[in-house]
Amino acid sequence: MSQPFRLPAGGHVDRAQNLAFTFDGKPFTGHPGDTLASALLANGVRLVGRSFKLHRPRGIFSAGPEEPNALAEMRDGARREPNTRMTQIELHDGLVAASQNRWPSLRWDLLSLNSLIAPVLSAGFYYKTFMWPAGFWEKVYEPLIRRSAGLGRASGQNDPDFYETMQAHCDVLIIGAGPAGLAAARVAGASGQRVMLCEQDSILGASLLGQDEAWRTATLAALAAMPNVTLLPRTNVFGAYDANVVGALERVTDHMLASPAHTPRQRYWTIRAGKIIHATGAHERFIAFPDNDRPGVMLAGSAAAYVRRFGVKAGRRAMLFANNDAAFEDFFTLQDAGIGIAGIVDPRTDSAGAEAARARGITVWADSQVIGTAGTLALQGARVARRGSSGTDTLVAADLLCVSGGINPAVQLASQSRTPVEWNERLQSWVPGTPILPQFAAGSVNAVTGIAAAAADGARAGAAATGGDAAISLPTGAVADATVLPFWEVSVKGKSFVDIQDDVTADDIRLAAREGYKHIEHAKRYTTHTMGTDQGKSGGLIGAAVLAAARGERVQDIGMPTFRPFTQPVTWGAIAGPNIGKHFEPTRLTALHDWHVRRGAEFMDTGAWVRPGLYPAPADSDAWDTVLREARAVRRSVGICDVSTLGKIDVQGKDAAVFLDRLYTNTFSTLPIGRARYGLMLREDGIIFDDGTTSRLAEDHFFVTTTTANAGPVMQHMEFYLQTVWPDLDVTLASVTDQWAAMSIAGPNARATIQKVVEGLDLSNEAFPFMAVGDATVKGCPVRVFRISFSGEMAYEIATPAGFAETVWQAVIDAGEAFRIEPYGLEALGLLRIEKGHVAGSELNGTTTASDLGLGKMIKKRGDFVGRALASRPGLTDPGRPHLVGIRSVSRGEQIRAGSHLVETGTTLSLGWITGVTRAVELDGWIGLALLEGGEARKGTRMTATSPLHGESVEVEILSPHFVDPENARVRV
Amino acid sequence: MIRIDCPWCGMRDEAEFTYRGDATVTRPGANAPEEAFHDFVYARKNPRGWHVEWWYHSSGCRQYLKVVRHTMTHEVRTVARATETPEVPSE
Amino acid sequence: MRYSGFRLLSEALRGNTGWTPAWRDPPPKKSYDVIIIGGGGHGLATAYYLAREHGITNVAVLEKGPIGLGNTGRNTTIVRSNYLLPQNHHFYEHSLKLWEGLEQDLNYNAMMSQRGVFNIFHTEGAKNASVRRGNAMRLSGIDAELLDKEQIRAMCPLIDVDNGRFPVLGGLLQRRGGTARHDAVAWGFARAADQRGVDIIQHCEVTGIDVEGGAVVGVQTTRGPIKAKKIGLAVAGNTSRLAQMAGLDVPIESHVLQAFVSEGVKPLVDQVITFGAGHFYISQSDKGGLVFGGGLDGWNTYAQRGNLPVVEHVWSAGIAMMPSLSRLRGLRQWGGVMDMTFDGSHIIGKTPIQGLYMTAGWCYGGFKATPGSGWCHAWTIAQDAPHKLNEAHTLDRFRTGRLLDERGNGPFPWMQ
Repeated sequence: MSQPFRLPAGGHVDRAQNLAFTFDGKPFTGHPGDTLASALLANGVRLVGRSFKLHRPRGIFSAGPEEPNALAEMRDGARREPNTRMTQIELHDGLVAASQNRWPSLRWDLLSLNSLIAPVLSAGFYYKTFMWPAGFWEKVYEPLIRRSAGLGRASGQNDPDFYETMQAHCDVLIIGAGPAGLAAARVAGASGQRVMLCEQDSILGASLLGQDEAWRTATLAALAAMPNVTLLPRTNVFGAYDANVVGALERVTDHMLASPAHTPRQRYWTIRAGKIIHATGAHERFIAFPDNDRPGVMLAGSAAAYVRRFGVKAGRRAMLFANNDAAFEDFFTLQDAGIGIAGIVDPRTDSAGAEAARARGITVWADSQVIGTAGTLALQGARVARRGSSGTDTLVAADLLCVSGGINPAVQLASQSRTPVEWNERLQSWVPGTPILPQFAAGSVNAVTGIAAAAADGARAGAAATGGDAAISLPTGAVADATVLPFWEVSVKGKSFVDIQDDVTADDIRLAAREGYKHIEHAKRYTTHTMGTDQGKSGGLIGAAVLAAARGERVQDIGMPTFRPFTQPVTWGAIAGPNIGKHFEPTRLTALHDWHVRRGAEFMDTGAWVRPGLYPAPADSDAWDTVLREARAVRRSVGICDVSTLGKIDVQGKDAAVFLDRLYTNTFSTLPIGRARYGLMLREDGIIFDDGTTSRLAEDHFFVTTTTANAGPVMQHMEFYLQTVWPDLDVTLASVTDQWAAMSIAGPNARATIQKVVEGLDLSNEAFPFMAVGDATVKGCPVRVFRISFSGEMAYEIATPAGFAETVWQAVIDAGEAFRIEPYGLEALGLLRIEKGHVAGSELNGTTTASDLGLGKMIKKRGDFVGRALASRPGLTDPGRPHLVGIRSVSRGEQIRAGSHLVETGTTLSLGWITGVTRAVELDGWIGLALLEGGEARKGTRMTATSPLHGESVEVEILSPHFVDPENARVRV
Repeated sequence: MIRIDCPWCGMRDEAEFTYRGDATVTRPGANAPEEAFHDFVYARKNPRGWHVEWWYHSSGCRQYLKVVRHTMTHEVRTVARATETPEVPSE
Repeated sequence: MRYSGFRLLSEALRGNTGWTPAWRDPPPKKSYDVIIIGGGGHGLATAYYLAREHGITNVAVLEKGPIGLGNTGRNTTIVRSNYLLPQNHHFYEHSLKLWEGLEQDLNYNAMMSQRGVFNIFHTEGAKNASVRRGNAMRLSGIDAELLDKEQIRAMCPLIDVDNGRFPVLGGLLQRRGGTARHDAVAWGFARAADQRGVDIIQHCEVTGIDVEGGAVVGVQTTRGPIKAKKIGLAVAGNTSRLAQMAGLDVPIESHVLQAFVSEGVKPLVDQVITFGAGHFYISQSDKGGLVFGGGLDGWNTYAQRGNLPVVEHVWSAGIAMMPSLSRLRGLRQWGGVMDMTFDGSHIIGKTPIQGLYMTAGWCYGGFKATPGSGWCHAWTIAQDAPHKLNEAHTLDRFRTGRLLDERGNGPFPWMQ
């Protein structure tokens, strides 16, 4: 038989089917229903890993998520997942796994030499050395430490699988599908309420498996017949958050070689629960004794689980070291399965369990303890001695040492829900106290142990949560007594581990206490106790007990570190879900996007929007060629630009004008109907918030535009003041950014162009002057025409309901053909606005005032408005503040860069910085805008624009920011 | 997850809302001194306990809500409309 | 007891039984020259520099719990001085220089690792802002380098520079930035301050600040009243509550910032990397865990825990930037309560009450500021006047309008 440790019968494995897998390249077989751990044990593999610091040989220690040792690099290539617990990997045909943190091989690991100098590698040793010489840390010590630290290796490749996000609501969420959880679900489900049951394991039942299959099967059948009950196996609730909301991770295809098509690898659930029943069970804890980490040392309940669930003998000759009768029951399972029994070591002087064991013919060493183990890569025996005696010890031959120090109820999720934990004397552990949120605890997490009692407790909780009837059929059977003798550590010299993964020993804890790191959080951080991937599920309390003893206190009096999420490690990609790659953030496209694509535009991101940056033509030799061509078209003939992204807010109501007067620094109540006005808006702290033009369409109807970036924030700002500060005003707001497409037609031929297509509106300068607004049609499409300009040229903005955008745009393009109309993008737009000295996002940066930007005249003298009072603070009116200026390189061809600083030539004291630059079309060379201290007085002088990052310094002239048409005559012709 | 029972839309996740801070400060009148505006913008009790705060239902009804929430437990006690004055528990 | 490799060896040979407590555990005296409230990194550093720089050793640090377990032990351990505003970058540069000699100074290895910090940008606008910042630093004598896309790819091949949503344009690198072992900073300062005579008093909660005639005279504590001529507050996260004990309302709100660590893996990420198109930053600890975080949950809280929406954003941003992290697993999440100010910069200085000083409002800068904050706070307490490095970081700048606003997000603490 290829699996020498497989029992002939029993368990949830299908012996009729063989699954082939490899571990460290070596081929093995197992069966469906196996975990990688059970299959390796069935094949007699004992050594599966190396520890974190000392690289000691390690074996399979548990049968579940508490596993500290048996961590594998699971799968290979792009699907490699380091640190995967072999005890949770469901075996499948073709599975590939490898041990980790060893070199050159698992058996011959060079860094196991660390064990020889272990006394030097005591807790916190790295805080006391590696300090000389100072520069050696980064160059020598740290690279060595980093290389030897870490566990498995990441794939370094992109994940071929995908993940799904689920949103769920339920009346009752039950966490854990052992006897308590299943009974709770049955009762809650019968009430008709919406019930969800999450179980981290692949099959439901937990301790029922191999113990009470009949009740389990009947209950599962009953639950399957309830349409209001959702069963989620392979789903670990990883964290409990506010308001009874939990996060859970469902492993959808991890038990397969590869995900089938269109199937996510895992699902991330957010579950909003009315009530929560914690039926999370307990984790068995071990006992600290010398060399308790030897491969072959295993938790007693886990050794039993390997028999009951997997039909696997974890060894040939077993002994038990336990302080509780429940563990004895588990151990008897091994005997019943035909595993050789070496005996039981019990620190108690007398117990019912010992009597039962003797009746089974098992040797019991009462009042005794294990003081060491023998073997190197696998256990060969344990040394047993009487407690408190310095006499001789006996070496008992065994290849499996089952250990149980009692159980730790899995209180993590209850504790994260702010339920205080209480000390349970009988279990010597923490249990949930009175919950604050609508929650319940049932079964062993609630200190109710044994299948029958736990199920009854679950039924009780299910009834309490739903008002349902708790009278359901319950499993029967003897109740194993989980009462323990408080017994944490065998006090003899040696390496007695309290955190097996991170190589933390009881001596390390004592050293921490000796050095003053006595608080449990200090001791944890100093020693790294409980900071491994198992988060100290089985050893955490042992370390606390050792610390308590060192402090001369009781373990329950020194507290526990906070139970933070996650209960089990959570796949990064699952939480990221579909919001990655190009879907990381939504992409906003204008109604004209397809046209821009057809025209060959190069696009730029502006916030969530994707906008044309430029429209390269085949003849253009570089990007500047394109940008200058587009801008030149605007200055000399006509261009058209998609400005649909500007925020648009429709403001209506009797008090609309008053409302805008209070929001803007300038006045809108005096604005005639059919006219637009540029407006400036401050935050309440007196800093500029946004700018844009607002048009009056009727006495009680305004159309506000905002910058692209602030469309949302301005809307929120307006709603805030309207709803919370002036709720008495009769005003209604609607964001219409997406409803209207908008295009700007600019240049000396702008009127001549649009006159050909705009119908129903006299566009002559007299009838429709600068800042006029009117309704019209283009090709039968309704449009609103605004005579406003950002470029400084004669310009019109045409807005149309988004569905008409392309028709109107194409009509204008066709009309402009005679004038060689050019579409222009963001780059040319930026060029034009810099030439004109119009401010944009880099000047409206949330730290500038109106007078900083030469807009001081826009502040009205009378009446209140948002930002008025605080704008007059001395810091905001200081004449030394930087002011907006124009700059131009003295040597015309010389490039200047945005982000350069302005300094007096020959100095390094920054007096200002350049906010934007461009090559100009109206004048030669490079120009820019800058914010400069004493800017007004420096106009006409020369300074140095310096960019140490580029190693460049350019001599520049300080000028007015208005390079083009400072009188603003062009817009009025 | 903070969950807010919007009086207009029903119980919703915090992700649908935009926070807007302390709702106990009120904007001074037009003629108030600069100091009063300073307090409106900057002076905060920042209580460890019950906090009355604005939440804007930005992905819902677009209404500002006055929420009474505890800054240690995160319990939401009351969700009121903007013009209401919800009761604040003493403890 | 002096720490060294030799000491480690000789103690090991004696079974590690000879080590003595890193700091004493003295009972509080009736009075001190200076009381520092708050036994986190900033409070302990203040006490240390009071002793070392100003010879003031009759000092007590009062801590309501064990030292170093507030934000000192809950941050993502990043150290850098790459700030835009001169008032801020000069301060943080001073702090960084103290970090650079800290281990030898304290005789405690805080594992300060200058592995480089870079911020990635994705748009021309963000690039210009980075160039402005980097140039501001360089003109002030602080190291900064501009990276292009290919240099970013070379430094960290895991970054998807051509990602489908926000392709990487480049980054701003500070090579001298890096990480340090956060707990060790508190412990190192505690040990060094203790050796200079400072009393570190744990489990001593301040319940009142006694003010007479506009000046502090002492504190009430859970271990009785203690007199002091000067009191320094170093209680980030709880500054509002402590200041209110002295009758002051401060322009600070408390907000939670979450952080995460993955399971340990072999070396993968060498630098500290910040993503510019979403809230995300990452580094790898010496133990192998990837330490990462993002932005605030964004509502007032004193609870050290956050919720799932921010988790989702941070983790998505991580995979958007580094897709190959997808199959790794997060191990732990936690939260720290931040003092958030209304302009995103900190406060170190005097208060309207004579003899009461504070270092507060640290927003995201608290850990990297630890030595600098302690140094400036100590100076301000000793001289009863701010040092040039913290003269702009006053409590009253919100009244004067002389704000220190790096980002222009407005007077909203949750948006800083």
